[in-house]
Amino acid sequence: MRPSLLRGNAIALALLALAILLAFGVGRFPVAPGDLARILWSGLSGQPSGLSPQVETVIWNIRGPRVLAALLCGAALAVAGTAFQGLFRNPLVSPDILGASSGAALGAVLGIYLSLGLFAIQLAAFAGGLLAVGAVYAVGSTIRRGDPVLVLVLTGVVVGSLLGAGIGLIKYWADPYNQLPAMTFWLLGSLAGTDRSDLVPLLGPVLAGSAVLMALRWRMNAMSLPEEEARALGLRTGPLRLAIVVAATLVTAASVAAAGIIGWVGLVVPHLARFLVGPDFSRLLPTAAVLGGGYLLVIDTLARTAGPVETPLGILTAVIGTPFFIWLLASARGGWS
Amino acid sequence: MPRPDRRALLTGLAALAAWRRPAWAATVRDGAGRDVAVPATVTRVFPAGPPAAIQLYTLAPDLLLGWPRANRPEEREFLLPGIGDRPEIGRITGRGNSANLEAVLQLKPDLIVDAGSTGRTYVELAERVQGQTGIPYALLDGRFSAIPESYRILGRLTGRSARAETLATWCETAMATIRGRIAGIAPEQRPSVYYARGPRGLETGLGGSINVETLSFLGARNVADQPGSGLAQVSLEQVLAWDPEVIVTIDLAFSESGRRDPAWAGVRAVKAGRVHLSPKIPFGWVDFPPSVNRMVGLWWLAKLLYPQAFPEDIRAIARDFHTLFYQVTPSEPQLDRILAGRG
Repeated sequence: MRPSLLRGNAIALALLALAILLAFGVGRFPVAPGDLARILWSGLSGQPSGLSPQVETVIWNIRGPRVLAALLCGAALAVAGTAFQGLFRNPLVSPDILGASSGAALGAVLGIYLSLGLFAIQLAAFAGGLLAVGAVYAVGSTIRRGDPVLVLVLTGVVVGSLLGAGIGLIKYWADPYNQLPAMTFWLLGSLAGTDRSDLVPLLGPVLAGSAVLMALRWRMNAMSLPEEEARALGLRTGPLRLAIVVAATLVTAASVAAAGIIGWVGLVVPHLARFLVGPDFSRLLPTAAVLGGGYLLVIDTLARTAGPVETPLGILTAVIGTPFFIWLLASARGGWS
Repeated sequence: MPRPDRRALLTGLAALAAWRRPAWAATVRDGAGRDVAVPATVTRVFPAGPPAAIQLYTLAPDLLLGWPRANRPEEREFLLPGIGDRPEIGRITGRGNSANLEAVLQLKPDLIVDAGSTGRTYVELAERVQGQTGIPYALLDGRFSAIPESYRILGRLTGRSARAETLATWCETAMATIRGRIAGIAPEQRPSVYYARGPRGLETGLGGSINVETLSFLGARNVADQPGSGLAQVSLEQVLAWDPEVIVTIDLAFSESGRRDPAWAGVRAVKAGRVHLSPKIPFGWVDFPPSVNRMVGLWWLAKLLYPQAFPEDIRAIARDFHTLFYQVTPSEPQLDRILAGRG
C-alpha cells in the first residue's frame, strides 16, 4: 500500500467514525453522552442499561436505524455513481443516468396516488427503478448504430424525461390536500420515517449489488478504457457491462426506495474519492462507499437537527453539492484517467 | 359582389353583444373585495375547487354543475341522490387548469365560484378567466373564521340569501358558543396537540397552516407551532421530544400503527389513549378538504380537547349538521361509520 493511499483510507475511515459518533450523539430528543455510552455498551454486552425505555427507543428504534439507513443509502449512491462514471467514461454521470431514480420516483408517486401501504410504496419504487433501467437497456441494445455506450446514455436521458412527464401527470391528478404533499416530501428525499423494518429491504439489495461491483472492481479499470482497447485485453465487454448496470441499478433503486430522491451524492462523492485515492477502481470503490456513507450521514444528521422540522435531504445535498462540485471542477488536476 | 349593409351589420353586432351579455341583475362584492356582476337568475354554478364545491352544495345543491373530483360510492351515500353523483368536472387552480376552459364554457355556467385564498394570484386568475370566458368569477375567503361571511356572499351571488343566513348563523353560533366556553380555560389546562398526517404520522401542519385552523381556533397548543404556513415533515424523535398530550390524525393507517408501535409508546398521547382519528365521510372534519365540513369538526375537536366543557353528544351534533348542511339525515349505523373515521 502506498502511503498516500493509506492516508486516504485512514482519513475516510476516521471521518466516518466521527460522523457515526456525532449522529448517535445529537438529535431532537436529548440523550446525555453518558447515557448514550451506557446504552451502546448494553447493546454490545447484553446487560440492561437501566435507563428509561424511551431513551432506549430513541437510540435503538429511531436513531440507530436512521444512521444505518443513511450509511447504506450514501454508500449505495456513491458506489453506483463511481461504477457508472467508469462504465460510461464520463465524470458527469450520476447513478440515475439510466433512469433508476425517475423510475423509482414514478413507482412511488403511483403508489401514493393509489393509496398503497408504506411497504407497497417502497416496493413500487424499487420495481419502478429496475423496470426503467431494464427498459433503457432493452431499447439501447436494439439500436445497433453508433457507440453502444453513448446510445445507452442517450436512451437513459430520453426515457428518464418521459418518466418525469409521467410523474408530473400523476402529481397533477393527485388530490392536492393529501396526496400531493406526500409526493412532494417523497420526491425531496428524507429518512425521517425510517424504522427497523425499512432496513431489511435496503440491506439485501445494497449488499448484493455492492458485492458484485466490488468483485468486478479490477475489471472496471479495463472497462474505462476505450471499447476496442478493453476488447483487445480479452474482456467480454457486453456481459460485464450488463453486470455492472444491474448491480449499480439494484443499489440505486434500493436506496431511492428507502430514502426518496437524493441527488448529488452519486455525482460528487466519486470525485472526492478519486481525489483522495486516485482512479484505480480497486481502491476507488471501497473509498467511495465509505465517503458516500459518511457524507449522507452528516447531511442527514444536519437535516434532523437543524430545526424541529426536517429539512429535505435532496435540498441539502444540492446546496452543499453544487459549490463543492464547482470547486472540484476548478481544482481538478486531470485526475480522471 | 353585394356590399354588406352597414346598418344590418351594426344591428347584428349589437344583437350579438346583447346575446353575449345577458342583463346583469346586480353586482355583488365578493370575498376579495371585487365587484362581480351576476345574472338575474343563477341556475348553474361551476365550483373551481373542492372547498367551493362543498360550500355550494351545502347552500344550493341544485346549482352545483358537478364535482372537481367525483365522489366515491361510500361518500355519495351521505349526499343528496342525483347531486352527490354529479359528474367530475375538474378544477381551476392557480397553476393550471385541469378543467379546460372550453369544457367549462360547454357546461354553460352562470357563475364560477372559488373558495380559498383571496390573494393576488387568485384575484388575477379570476380576472383572467372572467375576461376570457365572459362568465362572472367570484372568490370566497376560505379561511375558517370567514365561513359565515362567505355564506352570505354566496347567498347574494346565487339568490339564496335566506338559507345562507341560516347556515351562517349556525356557524356563528357554534363558533361563539365554543369560543365562550374555552375562554375560561387557563392556558396550562389547554392540551398540547400534535396533528399527524401521512401513513407514518410524521407529516404535520405548522402554526399558520390552513390544515390546523380549527386547532388554533380552539386555543390548543400545537406542538409544531413553527413559523410557516404549510405542511412539513418531522421525525419521531422530535415528536417524542415534544411529547404531546393529544394526537389528532386523519390517516387510518397511522391511527392503527401509532397505537401499537413500541416506538410511539413513549408519547404521552399514546400512553393515555388519546390518539384520535378524524371522521372523513363524506368530507374530512379537520382539513381534508378545508371547507365548511370543518364546522362539525370544530365540535368534535372541542370535545376531544376539553371533555368537561363540552358535554354534548357528538352524535346529535353530527346528525344535526348532516341534516342541515348536507340535507341527508344519517342513520344510526351510518353515524357509527362517520364517527369511526373510516371510509
